[in-house]
Amino acid sequence: MSDPQAGAGTRLVEMRGIRKSFPGVQASDDVCLSLDSGEVLALLGENGAGKSTLMNILAGLYHPDAGQILVRGRAARISSPRDAAALGIGMVHQNFMLVDSMSVAENVVLGMKGLPFVPDLRKVKAGIRELSERYNLRVDPEAYVWQLSVGEQQRVEILKLLYRRAEILILDEPTAVLTPQESAELNAVVRRMRSEGKAAIFITHKMEEVMTFSDRVMVLRRGKLVAERRTADTDPRELARLMVGREVLFCVDKRPFSPGDCVLELEGVRAEDERGLPALDGLDLRLRSGEILGIAGVAGNGQRELAEVITGLRPATAGRIRLKGRDVTNGSPLSLIRSGVGHVPQDRSSVGAVGDLSVAANLAMKGYRSRPVSVGPVLRPSRILELAKRLIAAFGIATPSPQTRVKFLSGGNVQKTILAREIGACTSLLVAVYPSRGLDVGATEAVRKELVAQRDAGRAVLLVSEDLEELAQVADTIAVLFEGRVMGTFPACEADPETLGLLMSGAKKEA
Amino acid sequence: MALHFEKRKSASTAALFIVPLASFLASLALTSLLLLAFEVNPAATFAAMFKGAFGSWRAFTETLVKAIPLMLTSLGVALAFKLRFWNIGAEGQLVMAGVAASWVALFWSGWVPGALLLPLAILVGCAAGALWASVPALLKTSLAVDETLVTLMLNYVAILFADSLYYGPWRDPKGYGFPGTAPFPKEAWLPRISGRAHVGLYFALALALVLWFLLNRTRWGFELKIIGSSPRAARYEGIAVERNVVLAVLLSGALCGLAGACEVTAISHRLQQGLAIGYGFTAIIVAWMSQLNPLAIAPVSILMAAILVGGDQVQMKMGLPSAMGQVMQGMILFPMLAGSLFTEFRIRRSAPRAGGPAPGREGAA
Amino acid sequence: MDLVSSILTITIRAGTSLVIATIGEIMTERAGILNLGLEGIMMMGALSAFAAAFHTGSLAFALLAAAAVGAALAAVHAFLTVTMRANQVVSGLSITLFGSGLASFLGQRLGPAANNRRLVGLSGPRFGQVKIPFLGDLPVLRSVFDQDLVTYAVLLLIPLAWFYLYRTRAGLWLRSVGEDPQAADAMGIDVARTKYAYTIGGGLLVGLGGAHLSLAYTPGWAENITGGRGWIVIALVIFSMWNPARAIWGALLFGGINAVQFRLQAAGTDIPASFLNMLPYLATIAVLVLMTWWETLSKRVGAPASLGVAYMREEK
Repeated sequence: MSDPQAGAGTRLVEMRGIRKSFPGVQASDDVCLSLDSGEVLALLGENGAGKSTLMNILAGLYHPDAGQILVRGRAARISSPRDAAALGIGMVHQNFMLVDSMSVAENVVLGMKGLPFVPDLRKVKAGIRELSERYNLRVDPEAYVWQLSVGEQQRVEILKLLYRRAEILILDEPTAVLTPQESAELNAVVRRMRSEGKAAIFITHKMEEVMTFSDRVMVLRRGKLVAERRTADTDPRELARLMVGREVLFCVDKRPFSPGDCVLELEGVRAEDERGLPALDGLDLRLRSGEILGIAGVAGNGQRELAEVITGLRPATAGRIRLKGRDVTNGSPLSLIRSGVGHVPQDRSSVGAVGDLSVAANLAMKGYRSRPVSVGPVLRPSRILELAKRLIAAFGIATPSPQTRVKFLSGGNVQKTILAREIGACTSLLVAVYPSRGLDVGATEAVRKELVAQRDAGRAVLLVSEDLEELAQVADTIAVLFEGRVMGTFPACEADPETLGLLMSGAKKEA
Repeated sequence: MALHFEKRKSASTAALFIVPLASFLASLALTSLLLLAFEVNPAATFAAMFKGAFGSWRAFTETLVKAIPLMLTSLGVALAFKLRFWNIGAEGQLVMAGVAASWVALFWSGWVPGALLLPLAILVGCAAGALWASVPALLKTSLAVDETLVTLMLNYVAILFADSLYYGPWRDPKGYGFPGTAPFPKEAWLPRISGRAHVGLYFALALALVLWFLLNRTRWGFELKIIGSSPRAARYEGIAVERNVVLAVLLSGALCGLAGACEVTAISHRLQQGLAIGYGFTAIIVAWMSQLNPLAIAPVSILMAAILVGGDQVQMKMGLPSAMGQVMQGMILFPMLAGSLFTEFRIRRSAPRAGGPAPGREGAA
Repeated sequence: MDLVSSILTITIRAGTSLVIATIGEIMTERAGILNLGLEGIMMMGALSAFAAAFHTGSLAFALLAAAAVGAALAAVHAFLTVTMRANQVVSGLSITLFGSGLASFLGQRLGPAANNRRLVGLSGPRFGQVKIPFLGDLPVLRSVFDQDLVTYAVLLLIPLAWFYLYRTRAGLWLRSVGEDPQAADAMGIDVARTKYAYTIGGGLLVGLGGAHLSLAYTPGWAENITGGRGWIVIALVIFSMWNPARAIWGALLFGGINAVQFRLQAAGTDIPASFLNMLPYLATIAVLVLMTWWETLSKRVGAPASLGVAYMREEK
């Protein structure tokens, strides 16, 4: 599977002792990385493991707090994407940096140093054609970006780098947007580049891709490098274990699981994403009161759409959704709120909370429709303040005052604010999507405790998470989501990381 | 040198008051420089302006005459701006309302009881303002057409439409070619309080209170606030975003319309040239200076009106161009616009390149 | 034939200032900045050009003054909207308020003592018609080739601006900034500097547009000399879908309506004039609706997608 020559080339890049922290998160913690010419390196890890941060440092978008980067044996200061390009380093970002209304050729030369004042686009196009032939990257250089499919746009991004003679390509989750066919083609392109002595680093959280694409793999967890293997010497099973890490303790102490009546039932539900592609593909689920159902899975497999379909924010194109036996398929968000469905959305800062409004207003955003916060059409500010003070105390929200605008709070406190409001409004079902993502240890703990408290109070909780430890600690039942379908459902006590990891990567349940 | 903006940890409340005050002072200073450049005594000029605007009861009523339409249109503009609907069509909404009110006043007197003529003229005027505003509102909510440019264009359509009426079919045959309609019947005159200051003042003050209450003390206002801050969050909270935007913009247009209806029924008593003299544009500036707070709009409108009236007086008393008022208004705004940043951000300088903070994009940490 | 010629002559003369200003504003909007201060900038351009021409007698100096004043006012807009991130609509309107106020103020102060310090009613140097040999004598064509020097310069400016925008490196950078500043930034283009450069450069052209009014079209200074042309230009920019080559059609349409209106007024029928004048604004709304409704069109013409939006890098 891997080329025996790999690793025998010259050393292109060496990153030593890289550290980078963002408020509350150590995104890179003393990471070392090396890359040789003619080599494909995979960076494997869960979301938030620090893969993208590390690569953004190499691409000149972030500056490391500490550490050293050597390119071709010489110490390099990479303070902008331009510096990186000059060193032959280029990155294909997850969200493409292409200008829609411009042609492929124009995009390829955009911002390029040394371009003549009146560029000869014919020459550029010829160059692009030559490159696309050589690498089998089929794109019409005359076409406009807005006319291209996502896969074609990715090819333009790669062509852009090749045209600038990049030797080190960084691909951030390149296959997330591709069809299997396109992924295979991308693999061929990467191989071709490797045979010419170029090198590539690609970020992924899919084990299978590591096996087919790479020569070597580095596994990151919480900003730290935890393992490094030659791809030939490892297998998906070991990688899954390394990625998920630690001996996960399934079934921690919480009150015994005693589910009640069925609260939520989904039957063959289908829905589309923003691009009109199927996101939920005939999904079945059952959730009982007093139960926490954990939805495990790699991000982008329909989690967001699942939560939105249940809360009325996204239409279901087929199937039935029943809440306590009542059909609520495609009910309005308001009718579902009134039926006692709470929702902690994935997008905390722009959907879940309104940054420009005060903590008090944010806390009242669901309860303002009824007494005591309002009487008829009139609001009662004193009651809003009362409610806010009560919730701030009950949930330990750290805020200078109830009037402080939410955008000035830390992520953990924003999340507590949302949780406090949603729990207050929720009487039957709570849908929580990645509720502890990006939070520090203390806030994470608080959020999880609150979810368990809701379960103990007899509510049904749907918890979407990609953190297996969280699912193990909190959930009673775990369902694995892959490409909009449930791959398997089992009691949390019977789950083990390897099986989960395999199901999450789309492997059939045979292990 | 590079400037960097850091979000303030907490909104600077002091800056909310200091910035407008400092802006006003800065404007006085800049205008003084201009006057000094032409060897005019600034102190004497400002004194004359103040006297011209507030020096006598009569002067004050004239200031109010200009302040009333400013208040009403500013309220309308502020309401739309709260929703981030950039309605710069107040001028057109005012004009269309003037036309509609004139239509009622001129042509309905035959079959409508006299006592009803005035209320009807005003109501139809408001409705016309709302109707004119509904065009950009519906285009925005149904097709996402940019409302800034549509409202701007509709201003000129409205002004030209009014032109065509008083130059054309509605022209007063006994007007010796004067571009204007015949005077309205007396029943359609809005009562005056003193001088030319009219009952519209009561409307404006009452509506400022009503709008403040609506925005700050009702469920609807709360919903508007959420929509204005984040439409996505509003949808998630179960709020019907489009319907509420249209409703609010209709109300905004009606408020601007009331200004136009009052102008024709209380001041000119006819539709004539000079209805569109920029109140709708100045209103945007007033609304901005008031930070969209309805209660602040009344005093700010009076201030802006006073600068205009004072400018006129300076022309008569000191032979200085009346445009001085306009210059001063513009000059208040520049420091004000620059200053609004200080309430939200702290500015920090850093050395060029070396050692500068990482210009990080959204971190996927 | 004579009627056509005379209408065309007036059309072109009336359209000149519109085309200069439209191209200026196209450049500004291509950088993602909406400048509603045009009316004020044009007014100041007209005033400073005439004042300079009157006092120095030099037309070149007059153009220089108008360009400098236009650029300076636009620089204020750039500073407020790019560096201070002020609302572009409000900032632009303030510039209009200030510029037209100041122009009217200065128009009563910069004149000679003999005229009570007023500029109104004076005559100064002006751009006269320069007939191009042969072409200027042909029927109909003579309305194109019997114009002033500024008009000839504008006829050259149109293809140059088009070439600059669509065929040069700088034009490519510029379009990317207005369409997708984030991508431009990632490709190493200095977004803020680009916005500054084209807002100021655009203002410079708008100032010159004003200069043509007071030096050639209606020579002399009069209160409200622009007569709302600044707003017409805003409409023209949309009408020409941000393409300098198309600016000429819009300008001819507006200029032509002006000219036809002259005729109609002369004939004593001024009722339809208002409706005629409305047409361009209505057409502009139609273009706006069409472009939103039919997204392909807006992509094809490359409408600056980030127009009016302040760009700020996310900083964690």
